[in-house]
Amino acid sequence: MTDFEILKREDFSEVTYLLEIAHPAMARAAHPGQFVIVMEHARGERIPLTIADFDRERGTVTLVIQAVGKTTREMQQRCRVGTRLHAVVGPMGIPSHLGKAKKVVCVGGGLGVAPVFPQARAYHESGAYVIGVLGFRSKSLIFWEDKFRACCDELIVCTDDGSAGIKGLVTEGIRQAIARHPDIDEVVAIGPPIMMKGCAEATRPHGIRTMVSLNPVMVDGTGMCGGCRVKIGEQIKFACVDGPDFDGHQVDFDDLMARLGRYKPTEKAALDAWKDESCRIRGGVDPLAPVPAVGTR
Amino acid sequence: MAKKKTIRTIPQARTPMPEQSPEARVKNFDEVACGYRLEDALVEVDRCLDCADEPCVKGCPVGIDIPGFIRKMAAKNFHGAYDTITDTNLLPSVCGRVCPQESQCEGVCTVGETLEPVAIGRLERFVGDMAIKEGWANVPYIQPSRFKVGIVGSGPAGMACAADMAKAGCEVVVYEAFHEPGGVLKYGIPDFRLPNSVVDVEIEKLTRLGIRFECNTLVGRLFTLEQMLTEMGFHAVFVGTGAGYPSFMGIPGESLNGVLSANEWLTRCNLMHGRDFPSYDTPLQPGKRVAVVGAGNTAMDAMRVSLRVGAENVCCVYRRSATEAPARAEEIHHAMEEGVEFHWLTSPLELIGDAGNNVRAMRCEKMELGEPDASGRRRPLPVAGSAFELETDTVIFAIGTNANPILGQTSGLKLDKRGYIATDANLATSIAGIYAGGDIVTGAATVIQAMGAGRKAARAMKAYLGLRDSGCVYGREGSGDEDTLFGLSREEHNFARVHLA
Repeated sequence: MTDFEILKREDFSEVTYLLEIAHPAMARAAHPGQFVIVMEHARGERIPLTIADFDRERGTVTLVIQAVGKTTREMQQRCRVGTRLHAVVGPMGIPSHLGKAKKVVCVGGGLGVAPVFPQARAYHESGAYVIGVLGFRSKSLIFWEDKFRACCDELIVCTDDGSAGIKGLVTEGIRQAIARHPDIDEVVAIGPPIMMKGCAEATRPHGIRTMVSLNPVMVDGTGMCGGCRVKIGEQIKFACVDGPDFDGHQVDFDDLMARLGRYKPTEKAALDAWKDESCRIRGGVDPLAPVPAVGTR
Repeated sequence: MAKKKTIRTIPQARTPMPEQSPEARVKNFDEVACGYRLEDALVEVDRCLDCADEPCVKGCPVGIDIPGFIRKMAAKNFHGAYDTITDTNLLPSVCGRVCPQESQCEGVCTVGETLEPVAIGRLERFVGDMAIKEGWANVPYIQPSRFKVGIVGSGPAGMACAADMAKAGCEVVVYEAFHEPGGVLKYGIPDFRLPNSVVDVEIEKLTRLGIRFECNTLVGRLFTLEQMLTEMGFHAVFVGTGAGYPSFMGIPGESLNGVLSANEWLTRCNLMHGRDFPSYDTPLQPGKRVAVVGAGNTAMDAMRVSLRVGAENVCCVYRRSATEAPARAEEIHHAMEEGVEFHWLTSPLELIGDAGNNVRAMRCEKMELGEPDASGRRRPLPVAGSAFELETDTVIFAIGTNANPILGQTSGLKLDKRGYIATDANLATSIAGIYAGGDIVTGAATVIQAMGAGRKAARAMKAYLGLRDSGCVYGREGSGDEDTLFGLSREEHNFARVHLA
């Protein structure tokens, strides 16, 4: 049906990069809030990535990726225009519910800036007043400011070091937005769990509905493994099929963060091994060529 | 004519299956049961009485002509035996390994009334494996019917339905959400019971019938069932997605790290090759002291995988006794041989974590059996004051699955009270042209039951499309039906095909 060819790549910074992938059927089917699972090569792991944009006319979906672990760094190194991914499946998850909100704050922190974009655009298209709040560590990491300007009625950029916009976290931006607009119906926040937790706490006293998008560890992404289970109020939900959007005021973020760390030791081992490997054989040799199986003990 | 065999003249003992020793096999993922050699098979074949009432055929969920294929084996016509089996069951190498024969064909075998029953499963596997080695495939003449059929899910139900529809001349496309076809045969059943290479060969045979497999396709989300019928040109659709939503108990501590479903554990290990980490990227993080909750076949698989990836102690925690355990006797036996510790009549109360949020112990209580419950099994009741702690660093839940919600969320299919797809007796769903079978209809069951459901749905789909059942039309010459002409059964010879498409 498609061979997952990479049609475009853009590097936003040393660690953040964008891939635009040919997948006409997915571009037709995708809605804001959904995600895909990607395998870079046949021996790779399946990683969930939120759809940052989709273009029905070009027949593409766009992913914005941060090189943090072995797989994402390897993709940063190997995914060039014209290369192909081994597998891309989706769109997965329940699309974001765009209610009748008239005034919305769309908050993106770091990498979360990308996936909140389709929601901001959809709200804009539905006629809502959209306030964008984007958080980055510093000015050099900023991306897509222009895309947000085009669909936001107001845009608040926050940087940790104050090198652009206001100095502070996105929660500061939310506070400013709430101070200016007492009639905000909804906040959508996407980013690292700690940031989404902060956003939920910032809006809780005001009773503003706050939707967050969770991205826990997944294998299949179809509800089959249960690895992505999260605590929502008293209930256990699977983020892949019951989410990924949940009411931020109900999410147990501490539980989420603890569970995100469960493969840390092996993930670190994989990254170290990979770094070693790619240093040792720099030039010519494929670091993914078959290597003898190594025991897991 | 040869002298009629009697129960006294046949070899009395069942031919043993060559196996890897428990000590050797817990260190590898090679098959535990190595398979009959030719001489083993010929001895076992001789144990079939070729009795008149053939109870084994009725005992088989797909109705394989068992005495027929055994007769051919006795005549050393193994290719013929393969054709006889594959007229009804396209996956002999799979079913010969994973069917619970003791409660199906072998459970009703006439020989079994006096002696141990004929080892039908082992013979089926022998024939299937020989076919793989020799490259045989049973590809009948197929007359195109101009109908297009979509299959959702490439597990055993989908495969069986696809094969029957392809034989009936339909263009068949099988959609799979994973990056490889095979469903539970690939992600669930470990290589030491059913090597993934065997599954791959069987799938390759299906492609020779013209079946197309499309992986990385999540039906419901990439396109809906309704779109398949309206926009994509499918005349009928079969849904065999499996149950696919693992259950947990709802006890405290289930979100601790080191607690996972058997599905996750097995998928990481089998399909994703986590056992070969880091040459494959999926982490597995094997524990030293593993506790598996449940005593079905999946639980046995999870425990035996744990041993093979280096666990020092693996135990099974089950709230009833060994008699009620749903796993096959053979699986429990293998697990015991390999050193799994069984805590029968034990039920988890709580999982206890350490400072790092990792599970460190399971608090359990002992149970005793009371009166039979709705399932007919004696209901386990807690023994007061019997709580104790079991030290563990990995807890795997293998206590069944709930219905996967994706197709319910994305289509107008009517679901039953538990969320499974509602069907009539012929496996038709509430949407005309859409049929469903396997675990997504019945809840978790076995591979062969799913295949049986796939075939049953295929019969109904053929009736819906106005196609005659190919089984009686295209018997391979000299294989099943005796009265054939060029492979076409005589009574069907003048049958005029009605095309509605």
